[in-house]
Amino acid sequence: MNNNLPWLNPERTQLLLDALAKRILVIDGAMGTMLQSYKLEEDGYRGQRFAEGKDAHGQHEHHGPGCDLKGNNDLLSLTQPEIIKAVHMAYLDAGADLIETNTFNSTTISQADYHLEHLAYELNREGARLARECCDAAEAKTPDQPRFVIGVLGPTSRTASISPDVNNPGFRNVTFEELDTAYRDATRGLLDGGADVVMVETIFDTLNAKAALYAIGQEFARRGARVPIMISGTITDMSGRTLSGQTAEAFYYSLRHSQPLSIGLNCALGASELRAYVDALAQVSECYVSTHPNAGLPNAFAEYDETPEQMAATVGEFATSGLVNLVGGCCGTSPAHIRAIAQAVRGVAPRALPKVESQAA
Amino acid sequence: MKPPARHSRENGNDVKRRKHENMTELPRHTRLSGLEPFVITPDLLFVNVGERTNVTGSAAFKKLIKEDRYDEAVEVARQQVENGAQIIDVNMDEGLIDSEMAMAKFLNLIAAEPDIARVPVMVDSSKWTVIESGLRCLQGKGVVNSISLKEGEEIFLEHARKVLAYGAAVVVMAFDETGQADTKARKVEICARAYKILTEQVGFPPEDIIFDPNIFAIATGIEEHNNYAVDFIEATREIKATLPHCHVSGGVSNVSFSFRGNETVRGAIHSVFLYHAIKAGMDMGIVNAGALPIYDDLDAELRERVEDVVLNRRADATERLLELSEKYKGKKGAAEVETQAWRDLPVRERLSHALVHGIDAYAEVDTEEARLLSTRPLDVIEGPLMDGMNVVGDLFGAGKMFLPQVVKSARVMKKAVAYLLPFIEAEKARTGDVGKSNGKIIMATVKGDVHDIGKNIVGVVLRCNNFDVVDLGVMVPAQKILDAAKAENADMIGLSGLITPSLEEMSHVAKEMQRQNFHVPLLIGGATTSRAHTALKIEPHYKSPTVWVKDASRAVGVAQSLISKDLVNEFMAKIRAEYADIRERHKDRGPAKRLVSLEHARGQAFDGKWETYTPSMPNRPGITVLDDYPLAELVERIDWSPFFNTWELAGHYPQILDDAIVGKQARELFDDAQKMLRKIVAEKWLKASAVIGFWPAARVGDDVELTLESGKKTTLHFLRQQADKPPGRPDFCLADFVTPKDSGKQDWVGGFAVTSGIGIEDKLEEFGKSYDDYSSILLKALADRLAEAFAERLHERVRKEFWGYAADETLANDELIAEKYRGVRPAPGYPACPDHTEKGTLFALLDATRNTGIELTESFAMYPTAAVSGWYFSHPDSQYFVLGRVTKEQVEDYAKRKGWTLAEAERWLAPNLDYDPE
Repeated sequence: MNNNLPWLNPERTQLLLDALAKRILVIDGAMGTMLQSYKLEEDGYRGQRFAEGKDAHGQHEHHGPGCDLKGNNDLLSLTQPEIIKAVHMAYLDAGADLIETNTFNSTTISQADYHLEHLAYELNREGARLARECCDAAEAKTPDQPRFVIGVLGPTSRTASISPDVNNPGFRNVTFEELDTAYRDATRGLLDGGADVVMVETIFDTLNAKAALYAIGQEFARRGARVPIMISGTITDMSGRTLSGQTAEAFYYSLRHSQPLSIGLNCALGASELRAYVDALAQVSECYVSTHPNAGLPNAFAEYDETPEQMAATVGEFATSGLVNLVGGCCGTSPAHIRAIAQAVRGVAPRALPKVESQAA
Repeated sequence: MKPPARHSRENGNDVKRRKHENMTELPRHTRLSGLEPFVITPDLLFVNVGERTNVTGSAAFKKLIKEDRYDEAVEVARQQVENGAQIIDVNMDEGLIDSEMAMAKFLNLIAAEPDIARVPVMVDSSKWTVIESGLRCLQGKGVVNSISLKEGEEIFLEHARKVLAYGAAVVVMAFDETGQADTKARKVEICARAYKILTEQVGFPPEDIIFDPNIFAIATGIEEHNNYAVDFIEATREIKATLPHCHVSGGVSNVSFSFRGNETVRGAIHSVFLYHAIKAGMDMGIVNAGALPIYDDLDAELRERVEDVVLNRRADATERLLELSEKYKGKKGAAEVETQAWRDLPVRERLSHALVHGIDAYAEVDTEEARLLSTRPLDVIEGPLMDGMNVVGDLFGAGKMFLPQVVKSARVMKKAVAYLLPFIEAEKARTGDVGKSNGKIIMATVKGDVHDIGKNIVGVVLRCNNFDVVDLGVMVPAQKILDAAKAENADMIGLSGLITPSLEEMSHVAKEMQRQNFHVPLLIGGATTSRAHTALKIEPHYKSPTVWVKDASRAVGVAQSLISKDLVNEFMAKIRAEYADIRERHKDRGPAKRLVSLEHARGQAFDGKWETYTPSMPNRPGITVLDDYPLAELVERIDWSPFFNTWELAGHYPQILDDAIVGKQARELFDDAQKMLRKIVAEKWLKASAVIGFWPAARVGDDVELTLESGKKTTLHFLRQQADKPPGRPDFCLADFVTPKDSGKQDWVGGFAVTSGIGIEDKLEEFGKSYDDYSSILLKALADRLAEAFAERLHERVRKEFWGYAADETLANDELIAEKYRGVRPAPGYPACPDHTEKGTLFALLDATRNTGIELTESFAMYPTAAVSGWYFSHPDSQYFVLGRVTKEQVEDYAKRKGWTLAEAERWLAPNLDYDPE
């Protein structure tokens, strides 16, 4: 779809394609884990802009002091931009080629939990702008290593193909149309803020992702130009299925019409548990394959304790086995993990793209 | 909502097998998905698209959707997938349906069923908005059916781009601005044009294009139609040769349309057509594959003449086929032509054939022959007979055989075993050798209840699966069940019951089992039982496995899981978690179900507009007895749908007779039923009797006061709904349909009791002696139907003649079944008045036992079971309703009115309590 449209940023896209042809690229690690170390409280999340219990920049006054904003990490792009930039810089210093914007929950649907749906566009634009600034700064320091901004589109807090009510399997608490609208806003913000690629990630429910890809396509059509699309799903447990029940292979077939730059898996499992499913994707995908697993499975305290060395060893094996083109980290990973992973894959040949049988007979 | 892990389907494997080292080329295959991948590789040859979830193709499915019976509609989809559909076609194009809504609703529902959702969906509509509504519900990659150039290139382009954006493959009809393509040249021309637009302008992957070059009816008598099949086949060949990677599909049943009614010939035409079309490259089709005869198996003469027609080989082909088709008219299929051929098989296979086909004529002869060939008589059972029954069990489990067939198979088995028994006994006496069974199960209908059709069916099915079933019969007290379980050293106990007081009795049995330190599993079944009741009221009382069994088809799986040391722990962990979950949910039932106070409910009682209403006086007040009522008059009144449900054949009469899945079986069962009915009537197997009565009545609160001829008063007690309803919608109580005492107007209430089961025991005993469960279950089911028909017929006569308030009513049987008449006849113990004890009052008023022979058990179940009783109300706006749950406040009030203690009231109203009694 839209494969006839020109690139929005032809030079940057070419840089990315060239890099992918040559080596395995490294995506950054967790944002949330890093933010925890700042031990921010409610006033920290609110910053100056929301200190008075309302948005000082807007007319919206309905989120009074009773509405907690603590935990709304995406809001920090507006209230604590220096912290977000510091995290980005730490990952860039660790060797990451691509930085994910702090926009995982920046859709109207997810921000509704904080009554901040009106900020969705701004959160995406600012999230992308901060990452852009950091990438540009890093690229200036290491000109032979271009750095790219991944505009992140998260799964939202709702699922379009699963009923939240066990007694009413036909019920849905979000529709394709609502997701389409929300993702269009978010995409517009990410592109306005300077994202090099967009990534639909941590996909629990493939129908949500289809709506996101539909929205992205519509936004591309509106602009008359496109950026590469990355897709990353989540296998929720050892059944090897997404939350909405699909196998990795079925998941790919459901989304490949968007002609993504890459397909991959992230979150929920550690690298060793993910291997079989990354392999499944590597066998059938005509596009690049990515993975950014968690630092192992959570322990009894819901903490991730796989060390950088352990994780890098596992991910390194993915690379030497020719399964992957992009690697990074999700929950529980730190710049130390990313540094170790970057070292592990350095010099290892990336998975070669399969040649697809030509259209003509 | 986590679907169970399941092995990946085979289809994607040729792609998967490639190791990355040598992955130089990815073949361009159509890659669809549901929950699982479905890759159309050349070795699949032909993709079956399921056609039963299509309202334009299946009258049964249309009816389900129109009547909002989505649960059953979902089952249709499940059966299709189970029967091998690789894609399911869903079509909701029907004028009276909100198609966009129906499409979304159905797709959302099947998305929640992993067994169905694993395959891709074909969203089928001639309306684009319906297609779009469907695409917005599919997480997998499905297929759009269809788009075309009918409305020009612009619309075609728009739709194709949308299909691509939603991520689906597409069926393109050979249809353009000038019309539907009929000749080869037109078909090829339109498909080539569409292909070019799709691949060059839209960027549509060619492997995701499926052409439907239109299959039209042949042999219609119109000469221009004779070449339609050839046109399709040749167009297919050309399309596949010139348009790389695309597929060709079509709706196959169209081709034989002119032979509708003659299934043998139609099947032959489909088979021959597909044979040639597939060779030409057709690789997908909407077809009922299960019903297709094999090309090579076709009768040579028929095949040749069909081939002449399909390939348009001679001018008189149609006449010649018509001539031959006379021979096949009315026959159901080729298989039945050679009915005797199986007699030439070796004895082992004959026994297997007889079991699978339920033929009992040769059971003894063949068993004797097998016995002579065996070392021990037991070997015949453990060898050929069990092998045959295993086939039956597998087919039943796979949904390829239906309950009536299984019961017939069991009849063969029973006969064979009975024949062998003396030999086995002799052998046992000689060697002490005892046969092995899967396990022993004690089964009983609990105390106070007499219904046993379901229990008997379960018994038969379990026996078929080599369980040793000890059936204690009906009205069995708890202690007798437990004593038998001990004496027989049973492996499990199965309880059955139909009326609501039996639920209480089952709880009691469970408590007793716990108290007496039992450990064997307890199975619960019967019409009023439920998973929720078992979880809430039975399972908590018994520490060992307690499992609700939905119907006979589940019984074997449950029993086997419980008996197996390997399976039982996992199985019970699942069941227990499920029940715990139900209890948890029950605990915090949401505010949506909140009830209103009794006062509030009474405040919004039904208003009979008494000022303007004039009650009708019955033509024949007092008691009227109708003894030995003519059965023939009842036969035509039978409502057949519940009869099929008894046999677990889902569907409505008469459509069920033509149902694609169960139709054949339903028809056979129906034929057997008709045969038996004729005998019942002609040979007077059963006697029908009834008593009715009418009494002056007046409403007093939620009670109704009757005045007997003697001048004595009797009070009927009713309960009132307490649902929180919007203004204008009453909380009903049956008393509301009677004029209030202070209105000054004289109203009337009637009562009735009918049976058609007098004398049934003799015949049942006869069937029992010949091990004929099939006939005995059939007879009971028919007697039940006759009783219902009797109640319906009598109600009609009451309206027209005995009471006479609707003397000029003229309604057809289906309208009667749909209850389009004035007045209701609710039965004590059923939803509008669930207190069974009121049946005691009714029987006393009618002197029903003396007048009809119907007896009441201590739980107020009627015997014979083929009996119906209830009240008559005549108010024009009287209606059936479901009481639902009631608060403690009303139960206390009711206890006071009935002269009961609260505990007594709670026991009789247990299923309706909105609270947990102390």
